[in-house]
Amino acid sequence: MHSGGFPWLSLLLVLPLVGAAAMYVVTESAARWIALAATLADLCIALPLWWLFDPQASQMQFTEHIAWITAPPIYYSLGLDGISLPLVLMTVAIMPLCVLASWTAITTRVQGFMAMLLIMETAMVGVFVALDFVLFYIFWEAMLIPMYLLIGVWGGPNRLYAAIKFFLYTLAGSVLLLVAIFTLYFYGGHTFDILALSQGTYPASLQMWLFLAFFAAFAVKVPMFPFHTWLPDAHVEAPTAGSVILASILLKMGTYGFLRFSLPMLPDASRSFTPIMVALSIVAIIYGAYMALAQVDLKKLIAYSSVSHMGFVTLGIFVLNQQGIEGAVLQMVNHGITTGALFLCVGMIYERTHSRLIADNVGLASPMPQYATLLVIFALSSLGLPGTNSFVGEFLVLVGTFLWSKVATAFASLGIILAAAYILWMIQRVVFGVPLPHQLPKLKDLNRRELATLVPLALLVFWIGLFPNPLVSRMHQSVNSMIASMSRAKVAPTTQLSAGEAAPLLADGGQPLTTEGISR
Amino acid sequence: MSLYGTDLLALLPELIVVAAACLVIALDPITPASRRDLLAWLSLGALALCLGLTGGQISTLNVRVSAFSDLVVIDAYARFWKVLLYGVTGLTILMSLPYLKAERIHLGEYYGFILLALSGMMVMVSGADLLTIYLGTELMSLSLYVMTGLNRSKPRSLEAAAKYFVLGAFSSGILLYGISLLYGMAGSTKLASIASAIGTHGANDPLVLIATILVAVGFSFKLAAVPFHMWTPDVYQGAPTSVTAFMAVAAKAASFAAFMRVFVEGLGGLKADWSLLFLLIALVTLVLGNVVAIVQTNIKRMLAYSSIAHAGYALIGFVAAGRAGGPSGSTPGLASVMIYLALYSFMTLGAFAVIGMLRKGEREGEEIEDFTGLAKRQPLAAFLMLVFMVSLAGIPPTAGFIGKFYVFMAAVDAGLAWLAAIALLFAAVSAYYYMRVVMVMYMREPDSAAVAPRLVTSPTLSFVLACAVAGVILFGLFPNPLVSFALQSVLTLK
Repeated sequence: MHSGGFPWLSLLLVLPLVGAAAMYVVTESAARWIALAATLADLCIALPLWWLFDPQASQMQFTEHIAWITAPPIYYSLGLDGISLPLVLMTVAIMPLCVLASWTAITTRVQGFMAMLLIMETAMVGVFVALDFVLFYIFWEAMLIPMYLLIGVWGGPNRLYAAIKFFLYTLAGSVLLLVAIFTLYFYGGHTFDILALSQGTYPASLQMWLFLAFFAAFAVKVPMFPFHTWLPDAHVEAPTAGSVILASILLKMGTYGFLRFSLPMLPDASRSFTPIMVALSIVAIIYGAYMALAQVDLKKLIAYSSVSHMGFVTLGIFVLNQQGIEGAVLQMVNHGITTGALFLCVGMIYERTHSRLIADNVGLASPMPQYATLLVIFALSSLGLPGTNSFVGEFLVLVGTFLWSKVATAFASLGIILAAAYILWMIQRVVFGVPLPHQLPKLKDLNRRELATLVPLALLVFWIGLFPNPLVSRMHQSVNSMIASMSRAKVAPTTQLSAGEAAPLLADGGQPLTTEGISR
Repeated sequence: MSLYGTDLLALLPELIVVAAACLVIALDPITPASRRDLLAWLSLGALALCLGLTGGQISTLNVRVSAFSDLVVIDAYARFWKVLLYGVTGLTILMSLPYLKAERIHLGEYYGFILLALSGMMVMVSGADLLTIYLGTELMSLSLYVMTGLNRSKPRSLEAAAKYFVLGAFSSGILLYGISLLYGMAGSTKLASIASAIGTHGANDPLVLIATILVAVGFSFKLAAVPFHMWTPDVYQGAPTSVTAFMAVAAKAASFAAFMRVFVEGLGGLKADWSLLFLLIALVTLVLGNVVAIVQTNIKRMLAYSSIAHAGYALIGFVAAGRAGGPSGSTPGLASVMIYLALYSFMTLGAFAVIGMLRKGEREGEEIEDFTGLAKRQPLAAFLMLVFMVSLAGIPPTAGFIGKFYVFMAAVDAGLAWLAAIALLFAAVSAYYYMRVVMVMYMREPDSAAVAPRLVTSPTLSFVLACAVAGVILFGLFPNPLVSFALQSVLTLK
């Protein structure tokens, strides 16, 4: 039964799998083209959703609902709202670029590599569109194996350690999620329907436990501050496409989990944990930036900057107001574009010099002007320069944080200053330093394939930076309804917040700062 | 006691299996070595006949039918296990054909013993009387002792057989002692009489509790539950791989089937006592099984500890059944054990089939290191092994996840969320050693100096692997038929 007419979302999920299956019978060069075709086809299916999506509606769109397992009732249930739409679009937009980035970088077992990329795509899109909690969990866990293989088979010298660390951390994080899902099933009226569970009410003490169980799964994936140690290893060892997928999409699954499950299902616990979550986010922002400052490896630098930027996302989510959450969703997309692009840049220079060390890649401006230009664009976007995408997102997050606490805003802003420091220092050396003579002969500027990989992302940087309104307006209703459903929690709040602090939770305090103001 | 035609008719599948076993053993001496395959096909024919008969009973025996004055029952519960056992036995026979030839132990009597073990298992799953169940257990065990020692040229195989026999006989003794105490209390070994005697005696009779503990210990040996698991690693490692697969899957399934019937139908009045006992056993089983598996370098030993751990997961479902309230509260728990074991069969058989294929020179390649670089040399075999390992680790969308899903859901339903959480954490631990197999297959370069292991393929083995992988993937994606089969079957168990 398709209440939304054409099964767009199923098509999105099935197409990459068809491509992956085809890998078993094709040659290496054909594998690249088939993967590109499959990911592009997915993009072509997803793009119309942008226009077909009704920004005025707060409910799920393009829904599909088919009975799958009868006892207990589990449905193959899909749908999109204003929060998942940007993430799905970002995912399908990033994937063809990952294929392009691997075009010459991957030379062994190309078919297998492309198959893993395509399976990843299905799992990741599945996470963002699943409306049944079990289905969500299946997609959530299904991406572990392809990512494990991507890192472990095609990764760097220390890949075995990084792959198993990634695998065990994320698996251990999400085991409690399954218990939490079962508990919700029995308390929430024997259903796994995410929307129905979001409507339910749960005892305050139960909410606390469930929140912690969710937290374990989502915080490891984000990764939030004390759970981040797998990330630099995984990033450094993964092939370029793997790093891009990790940074751009996988990390978003954690913050998406907070938005889709923790907030609407456990509003009271979310409120109670807000101070801790904000504190952890700010620690991540400052710690990540500080660690980035000390890195000599470009990939590690960007990996730690990821920890810092994801801190802004969790900060925006847990200040629990419209500006914060919209900023967080926007920042999820921005981080996907910007950090993904930076990892692609590192991959391209690594293909030329076979080193990721900053010291080995200095003064690229004169031998590689196009590359240097694009790198500067993404780097400036990463530090949140006005006119680029990250500025809008970080600004919204900080506005939301300001409504929650001025002190927290001050500390979070520190992260921006540190970001400026590590990014500008990195640019200074990589772009404007004195070129190393022995590296110069190897440095050829970007070819057409590489330009085709980076230019679309640069366009997105400016498009979101200058005209964020189309994107923000599409998430407006969904965020609104989420906050509304949070504020009408039926269980007496156990939060210790004073009345003054609690007021912005209801998003009333933020009226004057509309998003329209920012887009101009 | 007079034999009635209907009684014999009810036991027709068992009789066919026994007759086929006798026929195979009788034909073995006069069959030339080159034509011993025929004995395997004869056994398979008998299995197919039984499958047809048991399947046919679905329409006529929808309710519980007892035969031989209530010594055996033919109900949907028994039918579930029998269908599973036929499948497992059939696949084991197909797997054995090339394996035994490669190991140069292709003996005709092997198929006879498999059928005898199967007939014992069938009696176990149908037994409604402790002595019948005991006889079935012994018939199964004795056949397995012989099969374990089949590879007479290998000291390890003989050692395993000796160990298995001594400990198995020991556990049978304990079981029998428990049975005799129950007989002393109830004046009968029939499960129904014992249940009513417990009802009138009260559950607090110390004699009854001691008997329960002895029976529990006896069955724990058969299930390889900690602390009665010591025989498992040595026996699994020493036995020929096809026999190990049969033990790990069929013997475990039959033991669980009999065990659950005894404790639910006969000792159901003591639920509160045994659910606590098995809670502790399940906990230490899954902790020890998973932790010790990590350090194993021999893949058969690793799978032995993993099978201990899987018994722990299945026991959680059983504990949940004991803890759940309400008249039909135990249904999800018991059904989850059945689902778990059925799905476990596919992945374990598949894993052992791949191990059985791998040869290093003249020997079997059974060290985890022997799988190094398999993905490059044999991509398809490596992929199949990957699927089985992922499924054993319980990662979706494979059957292993579905099995854990139902067990843990039953546990949460019975108020054992903490137990499910611990079990899931150890499932994450288990992922480490399963993924290590994947790691050596996919991520390590083969050592060029060492003898490269090769794969002995054959059409029958390909068929077994195809069935196993189809089961793992199809039941992972569409578990509905199996789940409803298990849920319906468990209803006759009361």
